[in-house]
Amino acid sequence: MAEVEVRDIRKSFGGADAVDGVSLLCRDGEYLVLLGPSGCGKTTLLRMIAGLEQPTGGDILIGGKSVKGLPPRARKIAMVFQSYALYPHKKVGQNISFPLEAQGMSKEERDERVRWAADLIGIGHLLERKPRQLSGGERQRVALARALVRDPQVFLLDEPLSNLDAKLRASARLELKQFQQRVGVSTIYVTHDQVEAMGLGDRIAVLNKGRLQQVGTPDEIYHQPANAFVATFVGSPPMNLMQRDGRLVGFRPENVRVVKRSEHGDGASAFPCRVIRIENLGSDRYVYVSVKDDAGESKLIAKLAISEVIGVQADDEADLLVEKRFLRFFDRDTGESTAA
Amino acid sequence: MSAPPATRGTVIVEESVRVHHLLDRDSVLGPVLLAPLMIYLAALVGVPLVTVFVYAFSDATTGSESFSFVGLETFQRTLADPVFQGAIRNTIVFTVLSQIIVIVLATILGFVMSADFKGKWIVRFLILLPWTTPVALSALAWLWMLDSLFSPFNWILGQLHAVPIGTPVAWLGENNLAVGSVVALQAWRTMPLAAVILMAGLTSIPPELNEQAEVDGAGFWRRLFDITFPLLAPIMMVAILFGIVATFTDMAAVYILTHGGPGNATQVLASWSFYTGIQGGSLAQGAAIGVFMFPVLVGVCILMLRRASGVEVT
Repeated sequence: MAEVEVRDIRKSFGGADAVDGVSLLCRDGEYLVLLGPSGCGKTTLLRMIAGLEQPTGGDILIGGKSVKGLPPRARKIAMVFQSYALYPHKKVGQNISFPLEAQGMSKEERDERVRWAADLIGIGHLLERKPRQLSGGERQRVALARALVRDPQVFLLDEPLSNLDAKLRASARLELKQFQQRVGVSTIYVTHDQVEAMGLGDRIAVLNKGRLQQVGTPDEIYHQPANAFVATFVGSPPMNLMQRDGRLVGFRPENVRVVKRSEHGDGASAFPCRVIRIENLGSDRYVYVSVKDDAGESKLIAKLAISEVIGVQADDEADLLVEKRFLRFFDRDTGESTAA
Repeated sequence: MSAPPATRGTVIVEESVRVHHLLDRDSVLGPVLLAPLMIYLAALVGVPLVTVFVYAFSDATTGSESFSFVGLETFQRTLADPVFQGAIRNTIVFTVLSQIIVIVLATILGFVMSADFKGKWIVRFLILLPWTTPVALSALAWLWMLDSLFSPFNWILGQLHAVPIGTPVAWLGENNLAVGSVVALQAWRTMPLAAVILMAGLTSIPPELNEQAEVDGAGFWRRLFDITFPLLAPIMMVAILFGIVATFTDMAAVYILTHGGPGNATQVLASWSFYTGIQGGSLAQGAAIGVFMFPVLVGVCILMLRRASGVEVT
């Protein structure tokens, strides 16, 4: 177990910067999620920590020691790939014992460790199977057991849930979290799925275009986004943004009420709007509205609980009500968060 | 005024529709599409194969029109012939030795070809070159290179003072050297195909597997022998089977390089069958010699078909 720190790390592929000066710390035992759209450099960053890519600049420290230039096998890390990368010609048991064999551990010791890891993950009954005989969820567990078996300092996970179907994903997420809490190893987890990031991370690092946008707890990321990119990338539907008085004003869809013109409550800002359409999604209603702003017109979404009574319908002229504490402001040109 | 042409047009359309309908039926279309291949195979593979078996049990010669079945007599005569025994041994030795060399070198070439480096196209081109050359042509080139007077090998050895100048090595004149020369030619000409097959095999191994092994702590040799080679094994088998067929049945290399000599030291089944049956005129015995290739080739076919249908995709 150890901290992982990257300092001003860079990687360029043929002139294009995939990672452009990122500094980040994953504390001892922490679950750090790297979140960003595809092509934002999150996987490249993870691969540099693993030693599979050599950084163009900057430094990487694991447990306080620079690992720059060390091959992956000297870094005491375990990695789970998106495809799980199980060795197809080896049985599950041989897959799990492979890292131990590479260490030169004796057969008895290896068997014992494999048994321990397999039982911990709950795949003790699969040891004699070949990877192709396993379901997606079972493959993921085998990959986890193989990562766990030799007591790594750090777990690196690259979108391990993206190959599972939607039903399985929620339960696999829970298992992943419980597993990490039990072993307490520092974990860096890469995903483009903000639901996974919010659900799993002790802290989330949001990346875009090779640069770090914000690091914080899921709560901070969601409620205090550092810039307009984070505000619109996290949350489903994303934060509403519109241009007012030379800056961007944002608020979350669930912090809005839509009422008929002039039914104002106190302490709320009212934005005149026109209702475009109301979608009933079972547990929620999405109310699509159009608001006039500096840029002309913006389409915004209000997310209302189904229990909430709404007094508007499509084509109505209405008011969006947002309490002042829910309003966020961003610089119009840089997108950076500004004070109210 | 426009009525008559319209009627004729309708008739034509109806006829072509009828043909279309016929070809739309799988029971008609299938045989129609397969027919050219079946005719080709029957005429150029089936007929000669049956003829060889018929001749092998007869007393046919090129000199007379008499023809009668003699049962296994021809086979008994063939088996007792020491040249034939040598030919069987040589065929196996040439095939096994050349394919061992091929699989080792072609694997290395496969790595070279699948690697990314500057000027790789010229390397790939050079590796493939022997494959594109007809055996007869390349064998002539080898014949010159191994010539006792003009051999560049001898010149190089002479310059290195490995052999005394004036006493050239008779590459094709001494039994062991001639065997070595044929093996070298067979390995050289079957290597490119094996290299290409192995390159394809190497590129089909997902790169994450090697990266995973690297992260799991495996060094270069462990990754090579524990991950890459086992995953490459099925495709290696395919390369070997192709090599066996190409070497086992080949007569051009021996025919041009050594004529089966010195003595009969490099005689193989294909060349001995040719010399006996065509040049010697004993059609029956030539056919009987050829028949001895049959079991090996059937075995190779079965293995290949099993490979082709049972490939594991993960």
